[in-house]
Amino acid sequence: MNGPAWFIIPYWTLFIIFIVIPVVAAIVLSFTYFNAIQAPTYVGIRNYIELISIDTVFMQYVLSNTIKFALIVGPIGYILSFLLAWMLAQIPKTPRTIFAIILYSPSLTMGVAMSTMWQIIFSGDASGYLNSMLLNWGLILEPIQFLQSPEYLMNIMIIVSLWSSMGVGFLAMLAGVLNIDQTLYEAAYVDGIRNRAQEILYITIPSMKPQMLFGAVMAVVSTFQAGGIGVQLSGSNPTPQYAGQLIVNHIEDFGFIRYMMGYAASISVVLLILVYAISKVTFNLLGEKE
Amino acid sequence: MASYQGTKINPTNFHPSQLKFYLVIVPLAIFMLLPIIFILNHAFKPQSELFAYPPRFFVVNPTFDNFTQLATVANASGVPFSRYLVNSILVTVSGVVLTILFTGLSAYGLSKLKFKGKKLLFELNTLALMFVPIAVQIPRYLIIAQMGLIDNYLVHILPVVVMPVAMFLLKQFIDQVPNELIESAKIDGATEMQIFFKIIIPIIMPAVTTVGILAFQALWNDVSASTLYIDDESKRTLAFFMMSLTASQGNTVAGQGMAAAAGLIMFLPNLLLFIFLQGKVMNTMAHSGIK
Repeated sequence: MNGPAWFIIPYWTLFIIFIVIPVVAAIVLSFTYFNAIQAPTYVGIRNYIELISIDTVFMQYVLSNTIKFALIVGPIGYILSFLLAWMLAQIPKTPRTIFAIILYSPSLTMGVAMSTMWQIIFSGDASGYLNSMLLNWGLILEPIQFLQSPEYLMNIMIIVSLWSSMGVGFLAMLAGVLNIDQTLYEAAYVDGIRNRAQEILYITIPSMKPQMLFGAVMAVVSTFQAGGIGVQLSGSNPTPQYAGQLIVNHIEDFGFIRYMMGYAASISVVLLILVYAISKVTFNLLGEKE
Repeated sequence: MASYQGTKINPTNFHPSQLKFYLVIVPLAIFMLLPIIFILNHAFKPQSELFAYPPRFFVVNPTFDNFTQLATVANASGVPFSRYLVNSILVTVSGVVLTILFTGLSAYGLSKLKFKGKKLLFELNTLALMFVPIAVQIPRYLIIAQMGLIDNYLVHILPVVVMPVAMFLLKQFIDQVPNELIESAKIDGATEMQIFFKIIIPIIMPAVTTVGILAFQALWNDVSASTLYIDDESKRTLAFFMMSLTASQGNTVAGQGMAAAAGLIMFLPNLLLFIFLQGKVMNTMAHSGIK
């Protein structure tokens, strides 16, 4: 019981089974036609060609929705996390702890538990909470079908995702701000820093780069993990007029609803490449320059 | 320079200059809290208030009706409510223990033991931080089917145990443990396993707690395993039951009260755990940086 193998094998065996093999399998399957019943047949890059040429839903809605959703929720959620962490660091410990718990708690609600709640709040009839409020204030004349109408669904998805985006990354950044050596600031002021903006730019951010990077990776991942939210809110896949259709829903649609597993695998590969590319860019922006 | 405070980070007491931060944080915190306060109220509303028009935000006469109804609906469906609850508790507890054990062992190996390729493994794990499990759910399903694990309790647990974030945090934390401590234990004749269990685990308790919380959240809230890999209703978890209930009843006003009660049952354990253990989590996060 002394060799490294005892320590390494349990975790890494599962790592291979549930991460490495699925990724490899997705790549292999993406070059096949596979309907989950007959054996897969090799079709070359036909799936990829179909994805960008024939699959109008993918090119028209899914890709643009995913990019829009990711570009808004990711960076805004991330910047908000940092700013809130920075502000919380400037108030005393007791209120800070209370507010940190409040801000973090929505991220615990990701997924199913809370889609119920949003369905009640955004309910489409006159007794829906938001509708009845807006009706009372005279802002609208008739109730809006929030979760079923294309022009609202995407925005609601973005709001709900941002609301629950103060997660692990936010906690990491809060710890990061608090752990910066105080004397750095003092030295900086002696050296001629004048205001808070310079302080953030020259001391705070460079000193907590590692936490910033961790937070950024978490932001990227949780944004893409949140892909199911449109389907949960609207209660259907595909979402009404594909308004809230993200890549993840598209994979489920083709894989588990239409049983076109090979085709779904090629969408998975595109998603993996997308997440990896975005993370790479993030690393280059924020990582330590060797 | 003693009287000069260059920065206001981590102040010890209130100062008027902090007001501007409170002005931003307090309204935002209230806004963030609203949906949660709403569900708390909604879960305890009697029928009359659920149907009230215009709808009220706060509950006037709280009752447990929605919760009892929830149990009744479950029992009527053939699988008692307690069965889902027991499944969830069983899966969550054993999953948390396994996650801590497996990620902890690996973290200690990568941090303190000497062997070829450990750098590569750690980089692979850091790469896997960006891994989105949802993207490969189809190949995962095929692998689990091939392994004959369909309808096995293990499918709730094993995919969650591979938690790169947990492994990462534990390794960063173990890195802080001085080597002299381990060396002196070895001189006293301790094996690596004894060192891991008797010395390392107690020292890294804050990180272990954090990983425990993360694993708890992943297991307790997970519906995908019940949806994809389990066909036997009696082996499904509470999260799945809540989801199917919401899908079938969530659109009726009467169902809304039940759905709110269900949401509350799912959410509260997460919140309470975090409130009790947040100090340890913050302590761990100080070492969360990616270099």
